Amino acid sequence: MSAAPATAVVPGMESGHYRSSKLPDIKLLMWVFLASDVMFFGSLIGTYLVYKDRSLVGPYPADVLDIPLTTVSTFVLLMSSFLMVLALHALRQDQIRQFRLWTFGVAFFGAIFLGFQVYEFAHFVDLGLTLQGNLFGTTFYVLTGTHGVHVTIGVIWLLSILIHSYVKPWTSKDEVYLEVAGLYWHFVDIVWIVIFTVVYLVEFV
Amino acid sequence: MAVRKVTMPAPAGPGAAVFARPTAERGLLSWLTTVDHKRLGLLYIFTSFAFMAAASVEAFLIRLQLAAPGNTLLSPEVYNQMFTMHGVTMVFLAIMPLGIGFANYFVPLQIGARDLAFPRLNAFGYWVYAAGGLFLYTSFFLGSPPDVGWVAYAPLTSLSNNPGNGTDFYMIGLLVGGIGTLVTAMNLIVTVISMRAPGMTMMRVPVFTWMMLVTSFLIIFAFPPLTIALFQVIMDRTFGTLFYVPAAGALPILWQHLFWIFGHPEVYIIILPAFGVISEVIPTFSRKPLFGYPVVILSGIFIGFMGFAVWSHHMFTTGLGPVVNTAFALTSFVIGIPTGIKVFNWLGTIWGGQVRFTVAMHYAIAFLITFTIGGITGIMLAVPPFTAQAHDTYFVVAHFHYVMGGGALLAFFAGLYYWFPKMSGKLMDERLGKWAFWFLVPGLHLIFFPQHVAGLMGMPRRTQTFVEGVGLELPNLISTSGTFVMLVGLVLLAANILHGLLRGKPAGNDPWDARTLEWATTSPPPHHDFDRQPVVNDRDAHWVQKYPESVHGERVPENASEPYDRHGIHMPGQSIYPFFLALALLVFSYALLFHNWWVLGLSVALMFFFTYLWAFEGVGGRHLKVPGAPARAKGARS
Repeated sequence: MSAAPATAVVPGMESGHYRSSKLPDIKLLMWVFLASDVMFFGSLIGTYLVYKDRSLVGPYPADVLDIPLTTVSTFVLLMSSFLMVLALHALRQDQIRQFRLWTFGVAFFGAIFLGFQVYEFAHFVDLGLTLQGNLFGTTFYVLTGTHGVHVTIGVIWLLSILIHSYVKPWTSKDEVYLEVAGLYWHFVDIVWIVIFTVVYLVEFV
Repeated sequence: MAVRKVTMPAPAGPGAAVFARPTAERGLLSWLTTVDHKRLGLLYIFTSFAFMAAASVEAFLIRLQLAAPGNTLLSPEVYNQMFTMHGVTMVFLAIMPLGIGFANYFVPLQIGARDLAFPRLNAFGYWVYAAGGLFLYTSFFLGSPPDVGWVAYAPLTSLSNNPGNGTDFYMIGLLVGGIGTLVTAMNLIVTVISMRAPGMTMMRVPVFTWMMLVTSFLIIFAFPPLTIALFQVIMDRTFGTLFYVPAAGALPILWQHLFWIFGHPEVYIIILPAFGVISEVIPTFSRKPLFGYPVVILSGIFIGFMGFAVWSHHMFTTGLGPVVNTAFALTSFVIGIPTGIKVFNWLGTIWGGQVRFTVAMHYAIAFLITFTIGGITGIMLAVPPFTAQAHDTYFVVAHFHYVMGGGALLAFFAGLYYWFPKMSGKLMDERLGKWAFWFLVPGLHLIFFPQHVAGLMGMPRRTQTFVEGVGLELPNLISTSGTFVMLVGLVLLAANILHGLLRGKPAGNDPWDARTLEWATTSPPPHHDFDRQPVVNDRDAHWVQKYPESVHGERVPENASEPYDRHGIHMPGQSIYPFFLALALLVFSYALLFHNWWVLGLSVALMFFFTYLWAFEGVGGRHLKVPGAPARAKGARS
């Protein structure tokens, strides 16, 4: 076999080293992690459902949950996913200013969502719903708190990307790093849709 | 071998290292910072053997206590600690990591790769596993070891029922160790998907690697429910939540569900790698390709799926009702089918082969027999009315020791004898190996076979002693005497390993005339695994290369790897951060255990700090040029 012409790309060698998959490793890793995270949230949501309506003392879900308020924060979180798409699109087009703007937007909207959650938790505690008070409190705080931790990590991650894009100017070549953060962010959003449905909306059907 | 090293600027990752990267090739630092899958594989194997030694001591004490009725060698409290630590150690710290250790070493070699996809993550996985195990064992010095059984059923684990810190050690230790297992499984999945050699399609992947892929998927789906269950108990015990407080309306049986949704797949997480090892050993020593390769693979995948549909057969006596029990009995019967198919595949491979009775083959055949006995008692236990009688008796103990010890462990011993020459470059002594075998395997049967009888006579498990005059003396005495026989076998096995390392004859690249790619490189393999990128055009790639005529195959031409080698071999840089991150996690564990919130906050801050250093350090590394490999093309991207 003679050496291939320098211009021809050997199949699988596009990245300079042979790979048997077209997906970048880091993206595959994120997909696998998210598959695993489904089971983490699945177990927590399962626990919530098993213990639903089993609290012996109040406050009960209908006493404290505030659908309009949480609808607003849910909307904010969903819109952050939209901004995430815009940020990735801008980076792919090498529109660095827009990329920074939208990335900041995602983190900012995420922070607003967290602000709502902090307010909600504080308000619920005022209403007597505590971690140790009844099963609803236990399962509610641990489930939504775990989701909040996910959002917090996402916000820190996106802000790190934003700062790093100034330290070492990002270009469209770095898109996979943003895309992976985006996958995580969209996933955390989707999980919230499930939580919002199971914890909040179902109470008022 | 003279290999030219070309230092490259960090080629990937978002930034450059803040501190100089470690480059030590010898000494303690080189092991703490290694990202080499072979070194990490050896660390896994060594560590799991160390934990296995501890678990053997615990088992030995248990059997001594049960040698005679009314014995008082161990108090009930200590006895509870011993069987708990024995179970936890064997399942989480010994057998499972042994499979992962072999996977670390041999999955990249079998698929013609030069490392796992994420070398530093791999190091992190090992250090976290080691930290979790170390943490669990410090319970002997920093309080009391857990004494709630390896399944740790609620509400026995609540703070009021179990005020010591043993349960906290169990919960936090397993949670931390589980993180290591999870990231390593994710790493293996990406590796098998994206790093197979040119030409190695999925249906050409060696069976051990295939089974590790299925196992890794089981891990990523099974460990989260366990992690959440552990987290819930930690929350209950630390912050007073009500997850498992019946007085508040909680259902302690939830723990059993979450635990067994993890726990049954865990059985396959342990046994599938063992199936993989057997599927390598038997064809090699029968000089035949594996009989029905696609069926073995598909059976493995089917077992993986069904592994998630049988968990309630551990809970037949909890009163789930006849409908649920029937459903789970049926799924449990179904999962026996692919397992049985595999046994017939292995028999079909031996049938008509030129069988060489090496020590590895001895263990493989012992595995077939012992595992089949364990499988048959498994089918018996899948019948709910039978379980109603046998549940929580020594019959169950005998069953799972036949599948875990007689199945997984014997298979891994086969793997140890099979792969030892590749890992060390030396041969183990076959004669000594056979002596060890003839003590170890009969010893194993001597210990566990009488337990079937004791169990059927009603001897309850997890009980410190038994009464005189109900016929339990003889089975227990035989069982205890068996431990001495097996102990001799284990000591001889350890002696053989030492003898092999110190005085073993040189093994050569391919001492067994084997079939898969790990035998195509030197023993032990060089740091970069393969001088030339292997190219694959059939199953059993190395065999086809050696004997193309025997399989109607075609030898891959010498220069087929040329287009893949042109850029040199990228070797990832060493890193200390996986170790530091695991260390921070260990500090976190102790802080959580001792309710020291300042230290806890500090350790979280440290974890963030090391994560950032890790991220900005990048993959780093250098490019190797192996003499004889084609020159790098001008203008090519590095």
